[in-house]
Amino acid sequence: MSTSDYDPACLPDLLPLYYRRLFPFSQYYRWLSYGGVSKNYFQNREYQSFTTQNELEKEMQKMVPYKIDIGAVYSHRPSQHNAVKSGTFQALEKELVFDIDMTDYDDVRRCCSAADICSKCWTLMTIAIRILDRALREDFGFHHLLWVYSGRRGVHCWVCDDAARKLSVAARSAVAEYLSLVKGGEETVRKVVLSDPIHPFINHSLSVVERYFQQYAIVDQDILGSKESVDKVLAVLPEDILSFPDLAVSFKDEKDPMKRWNLLCDLVLRKKSNSKKGGQYFDKEIMLQYCYPRLDVNVSKGVNHLLKSPFSVHPKTGRISVPIDLKELDTFDPFEVPTISLICEELEKPRAEEAEEDDMKDKENEQEAGERRRIRDYKRTSLAKYVKVFDRFLEAMARSRKGEMLKKSDLQKDF
Amino acid sequence: MQFPGRRKKVIGSSQNDLYDHCLQFYGQPPLENISLTEFETFAVERLKLLKSVENIGVSYVKNSEQYVKKLDAEFSSLNFPLRTELGDRRVQGGTSEYEKRRKDHISHFILRLAYCQTEDLRRWFIQQEMDLFRYRFGELTSKHKTDFLHKNNLKYETVSAEEKKSLKDKLITSSYGLSGITVEEYDFYKVPFQDALDLVRTRKVYLLAGNAYIPHHEIVTIVLNDFRTRLSKALAMTARSLPAVQSDERLQPLLSHLSHAYVGQDYSIQKNMGKISLEQIDALSGKSFPLCMRHLHKALRENHHLRHGGRMQYGLFLKGIGLTLDQALQFWRSEFVKGKVDADKFDKAYAYSVRHMFGKEGKRTDYTPYSCMKVILSNPPSQGDYHGCPFRHSDPELLKQKLQNYKVSPSGINQILELVKGMHYQLACQKYFELTHNVRMLFILACSNWACFCQLRDSPAKSFTEPAIVFTSAISLKSYRILICEVLYSALRFINPLIHSVCSKYRSFLTIYEQHG
Repeated sequence: MSTSDYDPACLPDLLPLYYRRLFPFSQYYRWLSYGGVSKNYFQNREYQSFTTQNELEKEMQKMVPYKIDIGAVYSHRPSQHNAVKSGTFQALEKELVFDIDMTDYDDVRRCCSAADICSKCWTLMTIAIRILDRALREDFGFHHLLWVYSGRRGVHCWVCDDAARKLSVAARSAVAEYLSLVKGGEETVRKVVLSDPIHPFINHSLSVVERYFQQYAIVDQDILGSKESVDKVLAVLPEDILSFPDLAVSFKDEKDPMKRWNLLCDLVLRKKSNSKKGGQYFDKEIMLQYCYPRLDVNVSKGVNHLLKSPFSVHPKTGRISVPIDLKELDTFDPFEVPTISLICEELEKPRAEEAEEDDMKDKENEQEAGERRRIRDYKRTSLAKYVKVFDRFLEAMARSRKGEMLKKSDLQKDF
Repeated sequence: MQFPGRRKKVIGSSQNDLYDHCLQFYGQPPLENISLTEFETFAVERLKLLKSVENIGVSYVKNSEQYVKKLDAEFSSLNFPLRTELGDRRVQGGTSEYEKRRKDHISHFILRLAYCQTEDLRRWFIQQEMDLFRYRFGELTSKHKTDFLHKNNLKYETVSAEEKKSLKDKLITSSYGLSGITVEEYDFYKVPFQDALDLVRTRKVYLLAGNAYIPHHEIVTIVLNDFRTRLSKALAMTARSLPAVQSDERLQPLLSHLSHAYVGQDYSIQKNMGKISLEQIDALSGKSFPLCMRHLHKALRENHHLRHGGRMQYGLFLKGIGLTLDQALQFWRSEFVKGKVDADKFDKAYAYSVRHMFGKEGKRTDYTPYSCMKVILSNPPSQGDYHGCPFRHSDPELLKQKLQNYKVSPSGINQILELVKGMHYQLACQKYFELTHNVRMLFILACSNWACFCQLRDSPAKSFTEPAIVFTSAISLKSYRILICEVLYSALRFINPLIHSVCSKYRSFLTIYEQHG
């Protein structure tokens, strides 16, 4: 069994083990400390900040945090918060973040609701990641994106480019609004409104949605199956389409959801010839309303907003917040993500012979021993492949920073 | 080894260098000496220009043909630089282009001194300077626009023809109103997306690799944002160094006069004096008063009292529409006495302030009624106050209810609320006026020109001064046409209800005609 029963009650026992032997401190510290500026993390609403990896390690092992949230880089150490005049204590840098939460789709998914997820609705996350990743890279020119599974019902995106970290609040909200297509709350029935001309961004997003729509919406979610869900779909249509008398008749006659969808798409052509304006893209609007990513603009806007850290443990599910490898996105299964119980169990397994040799080397050099041991440890667990994804991400960042520094020093050279 | 630094510009040595473009960002303050007379003249003329910008902007859609024509006229009459090349050509004894640009430069900086002191003044100044800049930038040729951008370190490159070709479809679909031809012909600029947030937020621009591809007619928005930021910062800095300037006795009186000056059409009270009787006020308040005054009058009648802000705003309005001092005293006393104030107390406490309004007390200033801008921007009402501008200061829900009570049509209410949302408070008031005067107003607009109505818009008092214009007969052409269309449309949709519909429409058509025929 891949997940090993997780019992939240065991968390207090498992966490110390996790932080002592499994948590990838060196990578984590590297990530937190690029730019040479110290970062903070919060625990029990206390500010903490660190300047060396050792400090970070010791502190985390001591505190054994249940939750790690990452916030902004501040201009002064937070412990000086009260001493420094309020205007000058400002958040200087923070990654651009996005939070996609499955509960935001409750009005359009039938398989689950609230905190539950299943393989049928997980496709929504896949679609969200593909659309947003493309847009952030191609439209906005960002390069360093880290996608992380939140541990329960969603994904987070950390955009770590320098340019992203320096964005103002207005800029962050502009980016988030550019990426928003589904608007409206409980009172709004038709949440996506498209009109001419259709922006290239929308077209790109539509081509992603179209790839998944049939399997996801028509088959898995069966949105044109039962009367209840059909009604919901029809509620979004423009009035003049609804008034086509053959619509009701054909839906009564035709039970196959796929054929029903084709019927609706045919109506689009008839609508085009109708001179009444508005709603001529209703098929696209339906696809987007059921599949397009729903992000919380406030999370992305707020420079002071906190977001759960990668590699933290989700207290309710026990799953580790692991980075997602986009190359294997279609096969990512949230239920295969290791829980803390699993990886602690994997630690206890008997070790191979090479392990004995390594132990000898350790005795010679205690300082590095701890770290090497830790690396060997997580490599023996299911955590390994996720740490690799993180490594690759960090390496790409390091390469580009090196490139930047070279460029800068070239510019500054005096002849 | 060191390469020589860039050659520094020596101010004054080459006139052409300093003012080589007719438009500027006002980055560098003028460094010459000028006479006090010039100081004053330049300042007053620019103020006149900015006030015109404000007035014309309220009466016409910004950057429409009429707007441009009107502003052009102001520019020529006040001698400010517009589009011409710098060639030091004298226009038949008039001011040379160089002199115009110099005036533009210096007058802007003088007004900064006058308008940096309070938030309100700064906001007003920035708004008018931005409108002015937008208008002038819009009048530049494409080449001059690019020149301007480069001279001011807005290093936005234009997109090459090949790139445009490869992105043609994407460019066409990302902005409204672009076609294949326009994409080919017009310049596009590559601007980092952080400098074009408004366009990014609303997805009105094509984004690639972090750059927004802005068609040249939109580049002005980008430039304006930059202008606003720079000016805002500059004003804040100016405010800090103001004490030093104000201590100069020669300048101080002029500067304070500038920021308080009412430079506009002066409608003297004498013209209207004695034209209305006290008995008419109730009826007129419902029929002809602007909403703010209707509101104040109602509150006065209900509570038999108004606080200071309300007394000033309403009292000066009444003066403006023709109440004499005696009438005013009688009006206020009779109302207050119905409340908690007895006649003696009124004479002691409130009568003084009424006489003060009419210039009969204190420093004897014959105060003029508040302009709309003043009502909208200053002294917001708090709990227990009834003054202010209802379109600006009322909660939209309450405003909606009020308009419903005053029998404004639901579509009219929506139009008004849209304008309020867009912060076009004066246009909302104008719309309210049109809707409550219904058919007649449309006829006026259809046949007379806007100037007539526009004179009514400058202040609430003015909206009332010419009631004669409003009361004419005949149904407007526009309403008639709408009516016929509605009938035909209904006919097309339904066969059975046709007769019923036509009859009822005809009936209502007749009623309207009768009422106003």
